[in-house]
Amino acid sequence: MKFRTLFGAAIGLALSASTAMADVTVKWLHLETDPVTLSAWDDIIKQFEAAHPGVKVQTQFLENEAFKAKLPTLLQSKDAPHLFFSWAGGVLKAQAETGAIKDLTTEMQADGGKWEKSYNPASVAGLTFDDKIWAVPYKMGTVSFFYNKELFKKAGVDADKIQTWDDFLAAVKTLKDAGIVPIAGGGGEKWPLHFYWSYLAMRNGGKEAFDTAKANGGDGFKAEPFIKAGEQLKALGALEPFQPGYLGTKWPQALGAFADGKAAMILGFEATEKNQANQAADGKGLASDNLGRFAFPIVAGGAGKVTDTLGGLNAWVISKDAPKEAVEFAAFLTNVDNERLQAEKGIMIPVAIGAEDGVKDPLVAESAKQLAASTWHQNYLDQDLGPAVGRVVNDVSVEIVAGQMSPEDAAQQIQDAWELEQ
Amino acid sequence: MSQTMIAAPAQGRAGRPRTRGTLPVLILFLPPALLVFTLFVILPMGEAAWYSLYDWNGYGLPEKFIGLKNFELLYRNGAFRQALINNGLIMLVSIAIQIPLALWLATMVSHRIPGAVSFRLIFFMPYVLADVAAGLIWRFVYDGDYGLFAAIASFFNVASPYVLADKNLAIYAVLGVIVWKYFGFHMMLFIAGLQSIDKSYYEAAEMDGATRWQRFRNITLPLLAPTIRLSVFFSVIGSLQLFDMIMPLTGGGPSNSTQTMVTFLYSYGITRMKVGFGSAIGVVLFVICITLAFGYKRIFMRND
Repeated sequence: MKFRTLFGAAIGLALSASTAMADVTVKWLHLETDPVTLSAWDDIIKQFEAAHPGVKVQTQFLENEAFKAKLPTLLQSKDAPHLFFSWAGGVLKAQAETGAIKDLTTEMQADGGKWEKSYNPASVAGLTFDDKIWAVPYKMGTVSFFYNKELFKKAGVDADKIQTWDDFLAAVKTLKDAGIVPIAGGGGEKWPLHFYWSYLAMRNGGKEAFDTAKANGGDGFKAEPFIKAGEQLKALGALEPFQPGYLGTKWPQALGAFADGKAAMILGFEATEKNQANQAADGKGLASDNLGRFAFPIVAGGAGKVTDTLGGLNAWVISKDAPKEAVEFAAFLTNVDNERLQAEKGIMIPVAIGAEDGVKDPLVAESAKQLAASTWHQNYLDQDLGPAVGRVVNDVSVEIVAGQMSPEDAAQQIQDAWELEQ
Repeated sequence: MSQTMIAAPAQGRAGRPRTRGTLPVLILFLPPALLVFTLFVILPMGEAAWYSLYDWNGYGLPEKFIGLKNFELLYRNGAFRQALINNGLIMLVSIAIQIPLALWLATMVSHRIPGAVSFRLIFFMPYVLADVAAGLIWRFVYDGDYGLFAAIASFFNVASPYVLADKNLAIYAVLGVIVWKYFGFHMMLFIAGLQSIDKSYYEAAEMDGATRWQRFRNITLPLLAPTIRLSVFFSVIGSLQLFDMIMPLTGGGPSNSTQTMVTFLYSYGITRMKVGFGSAIGVVLFVICITLAFGYKRIFMRND
């Protein structure tokens, strides 16, 4: 798959070299490996190029980690991509502060804010710092639990009854007693486990706790809700709920374990149904009617609501010296029709207003519905808090689950990293 | 160029035939090399030393001066201490296991016996593999679900071990791969060294009735000493630079138990966008490398 993308990029390069007639080349850097998405993008590119003679869109691919590591250097070089992927949050803010990327406020608000108003306001808000809009919204997502109905039935667990964290722990125990691995976890990459700490902290403290900690108020990230989150996570870890060797497991393998029926649950993205199928040993994975979904449970006495959501906000960033065609392409890629097209293929939850009806897949639609009714949407902490603090959250989440670190030490480490950034 | 023209006859008149002609050559050939060396070696080193005094994320110019704070943080970091210990462990294993193993195999395959050449080839094979490829192969070998280890465990009907996910075992698994990967290189060095030893020493010793061990101890070892010293030198430097095999194997995990200084630099400096902190790690690594390299050369390789 990756090879195909590279191959495609190489052909793209070769073509762009031979067709010197093209006046403008928009260099588009992404990290997508899903073949459905890539073919949808190919079609969108073709349409755009047909409508804009003399413009070529050239895709460039970098693997996720390589993308994150290379981007700062790439962005400040002459070879900077014109259009690239972003998870919003702290990284986007750092990019904005250095002036390496384009401020899109004027374009967005031109014509009475026509462009800006075409997107879900929460998505635009997440890309705005200092009253300036820094990126073009692309998609939103939310993390929730997906479960294998058959395995739940076998163990006698009723997913509808899992309302609180205690219910969840009880379900984990029941599954384990039935000889089923309760959860597939990707500890090798760390971030899959940071979802647990993040959600628990959100459920304990609600939006207020995060706002306070980020504004350096109170005890910051050492405040009670964060320590409690650590304690609850530790309780989960003590049950040994994950598949053996989970500390070395990468995310695709974890999805594979879930897809192959080797684990009953996974805390995953909105597109988990498609993702697990891609990683299944038989190439099919769990059938749709065998898959269920439930929101991350609340914790007793917590300030957070079950309707608060954790998830991604993705966008396309335009680099400072990009041609205006790059902005046009970003707008085209995220217009109602194209967002609907991508939603229809089960790729994503769109941010363009009016494209929601494109979500046909029932499980993705459930996520979309939850997102639409979200009382507070928190971006992934490893993005929102910036790369430095974010990685610490990832590290400590794994350490807590593995029983290597106390909740207090974990909170202290996050707070230390946070203070260092101020 | 004009300088060269003038310099050459001037030297000739001074009547120093020994240095005659060296200056023009110096002036002609030194600047390009010096320029490249300065631009790509000296300058980045200086820059790293400069960045290490700043809190900088890699965007724009470093502005937030924090003095030696990065070094203080580094000193307090548990993962960095673990990385130092691991680097030491890798050195130790390289010297205490890898080199003796390589020497033993070299003495066996350096003779002109049938099959020796193909064994040489087989032993050298791991070294030819790219580090990343070797890492990926071994990740699969160690895999507890589908790997070779899983197959062995199921054959003996025991629970499958997940060595790379166990923080107490992972480093030994990595060490095993390192020995497997690099012993062939040292073996080749030793074979070259062994072949340069005059056969007549062995013949004389044999006539005098020396045992195999005596021949090895009193002829091979002393005459091979320069090669062994060189081999140890490569091991020390190589272990400090170890990076691209660890990343696909464990990425430094679990719980930072397989971190080396360079993987630590990558995950704490680069992926966290803490270029200042990363530079501080680089500076420390540089100092350690220089001290070890020059110290070793001065003490052990003085006469080589």
